[in-house]
Amino acid sequence: MSQLVFLVPLFPLVGFLLAGLGRNYLSRSVSGIIASAAVFASFVVSLFIFQEVRAEATPVIVELFPFIDVAGIRIPFAFQVDRLSVLFLLVITGVGFLIHLYSSAYMKEESAPHYARYFAYLNLFVFNMLLLVLGANYLIMFIGWEGVGLCSYLLIGYWFKNKAYGAAARKAFVMNRIGDLGFLLGLFFLLQQFGSLTFSEVFPGAAGAPSEIITLITLLLFVGATGKSAQIPLFTWLPDAMAGPTPVSALIHAATMVTAGIYMIARSNILYTLAPATQLVIAIIGLCTAILAATIALKQNDIKKVLAYSTVSQLGYMFLGLGVGAYTGAVFHVITHAFFKALLFLGAGSVIHAMHHEQDIRKMGGLAKKLPQTHLTFLIGCIAIAGIPPFSGFFSKDEILINAYAFSPVLYWIGMAGALMTAFYMFRLYATTFRGTFRGTCEQAHHLHESPWQMTLPLIILAIAAVAAGFMGIPELFAKDAHWLQRFLSPVFEQSTALQHAHTISHSTEYLLLGISIALLLTVIVYAWKRFSSKPDLNEAVGIGKLLERKWLVDELYDSIIARPLNHIAGWLNTVAEKKGIDGLVNGSGKLVQWGGRQLRLLQSGQVGGYLLWMVLGMLLLLVLIKTL
Amino acid sequence: MPVNYYIFLSLTLFSIGVAGVLTRRNAIIIFMCIELMLNSVNLLLVAFSKMHFGNVELSMLNSNVGIEAQLFVFFIMVVAAAEVSVGLAIIVMMYRNIHSVDVNFLNRLKH
Repeated sequence: MSQLVFLVPLFPLVGFLLAGLGRNYLSRSVSGIIASAAVFASFVVSLFIFQEVRAEATPVIVELFPFIDVAGIRIPFAFQVDRLSVLFLLVITGVGFLIHLYSSAYMKEESAPHYARYFAYLNLFVFNMLLLVLGANYLIMFIGWEGVGLCSYLLIGYWFKNKAYGAAARKAFVMNRIGDLGFLLGLFFLLQQFGSLTFSEVFPGAAGAPSEIITLITLLLFVGATGKSAQIPLFTWLPDAMAGPTPVSALIHAATMVTAGIYMIARSNILYTLAPATQLVIAIIGLCTAILAATIALKQNDIKKVLAYSTVSQLGYMFLGLGVGAYTGAVFHVITHAFFKALLFLGAGSVIHAMHHEQDIRKMGGLAKKLPQTHLTFLIGCIAIAGIPPFSGFFSKDEILINAYAFSPVLYWIGMAGALMTAFYMFRLYATTFRGTFRGTCEQAHHLHESPWQMTLPLIILAIAAVAAGFMGIPELFAKDAHWLQRFLSPVFEQSTALQHAHTISHSTEYLLLGISIALLLTVIVYAWKRFSSKPDLNEAVGIGKLLERKWLVDELYDSIIARPLNHIAGWLNTVAEKKGIDGLVNGSGKLVQWGGRQLRLLQSGQVGGYLLWMVLGMLLLLVLIKTL
Repeated sequence: MPVNYYIFLSLTLFSIGVAGVLTRRNAIIIFMCIELMLNSVNLLLVAFSKMHFGNVELSMLNSNVGIEAQLFVFFIMVVAAAEVSVGLAIIVMMYRNIHSVDVNFLNRLKH
């Protein structure tokens, strides 16, 4: 079955071609069914592959055709099926299918060609994402990496008639390009050092390579990851990416694409384990991002913006996990986060759908009775992300934080502060949206309705997953050898585990930390719930709150130190260097030739004698030249 | 006779030809001067041919040394004859059109 892995990306590609090329002929339901069926078929194949990989630990490499074979460099177009990639396959196709299903109702208001275009992009995205996680070498991964960036751009700018959305799409694309440049440079250094980009050839020899080179390569690859996974300094595109349709935010900007950086680092875990300096950088950047984004999320009033900053923050935790060597924890958090964040985004989409495209939570309130299913699933998502046991977010976040504690207690306490903020802003969001009294217009109140089954079914399934997914990684604290995910992924991280010295924390410390964190979390949640249910934060923020609402002015900072100087330079180049320099050179050469022509024309007098004289003189000159040379 | 004499004679004839072409305005005279130059070259070729043949040793009496030059002369003659026929035709046409064979009247070919 693993040999048939090419089917997994093939289905969405076919779906993309059918829906994309037939967008003017297919009705809405047909294109929606084609796209959803394609992803569902991939999901089924992935399930079969998963069954097989569960029994067999060694990676299967499926080589389809030689891709680059020149001058000693051999890069095949090959897929690698192992335990890491199969987990991502399941998440991408599973969550992807649910979001396709959801979209088929959410996008109903679009005209048929645009509806089909939407699904074509979505399928293309799934195809590229599968390419990214299935690639058996960095180049295939890079193809998928670029492909998902493109699809992200296309889908953020899906409503391209709105100029601001187009600008958000461009911003996402440009910021990703900056990261991609780092990734590409990393690939070149890898190729120079190892002569190959294939995982199975690079990793075994990694220990023998000079450590400076490894540090350089890992840092460059991490630059790529900061772009794709929205970390400091390249995180500002993700909140703007909320311009896209909400299911897109759920699929691309929460569940799958933004975790590509984590996948890449988990895949190259041995390189990172060999570069402790890079790991430290990753841990610090991850933690800073987690805190910074969490503080911004405290004061956002757009339901999607809160979730976007929460995503950035959670991604920061995953990078913290990678930085302290908790690769399993990071992957675990990717999976649980995919479930509960997709759930929250889809829930937000359901709210927005019911509110007729109103996204400001200050104009909502009291939606719990009107949208019972959305409300319940959203609440589950909030509890999961806040990290209350036994919901999934608790297990994965706890695993990362405990590993951070083993690395350094400071990281733990800062991370814990971020987790408290997470609980606070999530319940602020929940209470403001669903509790209290309705603050919208009468017309909105009149039209409030629960979403159709295509939208609630994915919510329910994801809610179940958000509750249950944590049980695949029960910490050793509670039961011996109950961490299924750790055992499952151990072959992937084998090399790294051998190099890491296991730091263990005594169970009593761990219990103490757990107790403190749960007590603090519950306090914060109850406080936020109480406070924002009765009198939500409707006033304009002042002081530090204003600063948070304006996102620490990071966008303005980038604007003034990067964008504006660049624009000035570009303006100077345009008006001075281009108009005077380049144009002057081009026009000048033209003018010179014209002037020369006018002068030379005088020689052509029409007198035969004159011509003959020139001819004789020329011959004499030739004669002299031949004699002298 | 030393070959130098022939060279000087040819040179003189050629120079007369060049001077004639450059200074005269009558097309027929110019034409004749061109012929003069061609023939001076022919003369030189024949002279060199003879010179080379004279230098060959007696044992190689049947040698073909220098024959290429004489062949070349014939080629030049043939080409000159063809050229004369074309050139004279042009001059006749010129006379018919402008009633003169002065080349300076032909400066209207420019523009």
